[in-house]
Amino acid sequence: MNGDETSVTTADLPAPDDADGNQLLPQLVAHLREHRTRLRHEWSQRIQQAGLLHAMTPQEMAAETTSVYDNYVEVLETGSVEALQRYARDLSERIIPRGVETHEVVGIVLLLRDVLARSLFEKYQRDFALLNRVLDAYEPAANRIANTVAVSFVDERERVIRQQQDSIRELSTPVLPVRERLLILPIIGVLDSERARQLTEQLLTGIRTHRAKVVVIDITGVPDVDEAVANHLVQTVDASRLMGASVIITGLSPDIAQTLVTIGVDLSKMDTIGDLQGGLEEAERLLGYAVGRADGSGVP
Amino acid sequence: MTSGPKLVSILRQGSYLIASIHTALDDTQMDRFREDLIEQIGRHRSRGVVIDVAALDVLDSFGTRTLRTIGEVARLRGALTVVVGIQPDVALAMVALGMSTGAIATALDLEEGLEYLNGRLAGGAVSRPAGRVPPP
Repeated sequence: MNGDETSVTTADLPAPDDADGNQLLPQLVAHLREHRTRLRHEWSQRIQQAGLLHAMTPQEMAAETTSVYDNYVEVLETGSVEALQRYARDLSERIIPRGVETHEVVGIVLLLRDVLARSLFEKYQRDFALLNRVLDAYEPAANRIANTVAVSFVDERERVIRQQQDSIRELSTPVLPVRERLLILPIIGVLDSERARQLTEQLLTGIRTHRAKVVVIDITGVPDVDEAVANHLVQTVDASRLMGASVIITGLSPDIAQTLVTIGVDLSKMDTIGDLQGGLEEAERLLGYAVGRADGSGVP
Repeated sequence: MTSGPKLVSILRQGSYLIASIHTALDDTQMDRFREDLIEQIGRHRSRGVVIDVAALDVLDSFGTRTLRTIGEVARLRGALTVVVGIQPDVALAMVALGMSTGAIATALDLEEGLEYLNGRLAGGAVSRPAGRVPPP
């Protein structure tokens, strides 16, 4: 008997809450639908006051806020965030290229949450207990929505960043023969371990194919040369030397050179020359070329 | 002497020795190669040694050290050593593992290696071609 009783009570306990939530949420959704125009308008105004989404035109904003509002109410009604997730991802895809920031997206969703909460306060202000129960039903759902939108936005942004990184990485790094036995390798973009490895591989194959004796690596286009990048370059130089080619590094900017000296990277084994022109002249000298004008003026 | 195809060949070309490693050698074979080569340097009074490793797709730390030792010993006996034919993959692996050939010169292939020796030891057995390529 006792066991029966406990099982009944435990089974019964959540029931009132459920029934409560079941009754309250539709009530709440109905309320939000009823006052849709007014609340949406209020929300738009608050967005404007907060100075968010200024990258969008008023028309676009009206369209998007309507969609977000409807999606929001739908999530409250169904409790399923899947449709919202899809919509948020879609929206992010559209607005990320226009420079909308994370704080703006999170900001507008939180504003909507506040606007709706205010309207609930207003509606239930006479019955504090009921208001509490309504908020109990509303708050977790609202927070879940805010969370979903923020996560979808950040995910989308990261996807875009990853995509851009990939395309930067895929920018081919050509190994160019300039003269017989002389190659140049202009490096543009960020040099990480993976890319440095690919690049070295390409260079070594190039050295063998072109029977290169001297290689000029130009790093004018590498935005940031730190210890790791410098070490990659040292490895590239060493590997090329094993294949019998000398390497000249050019394009170290004054800033980068000072940084490298300050952090104490050992580049004593590397031949460096200020710019690509100087590097090519040095390479030609090494190879025994004497380049001059046909009329004899401007001899190197 | 093990039977079967030769693992290495050491050929005499004027005052140079051309040693080719045809297949991956284990440590004992590598040691034996070193002894043979050093012995022949003295016997032929060679002034230059070219070690061709083009056939190797791997060069371990023992192999690298042995090459370095050969270079040092050969120098003491009056011969210059140049290692030629290191494959791109091998070079990458060696650099990644921090192995180096030390003071030994390296060149792309046999031709380059001989040219390097000619440049360093003016008046070798192989006549110097007209090329103006100086040593690296």
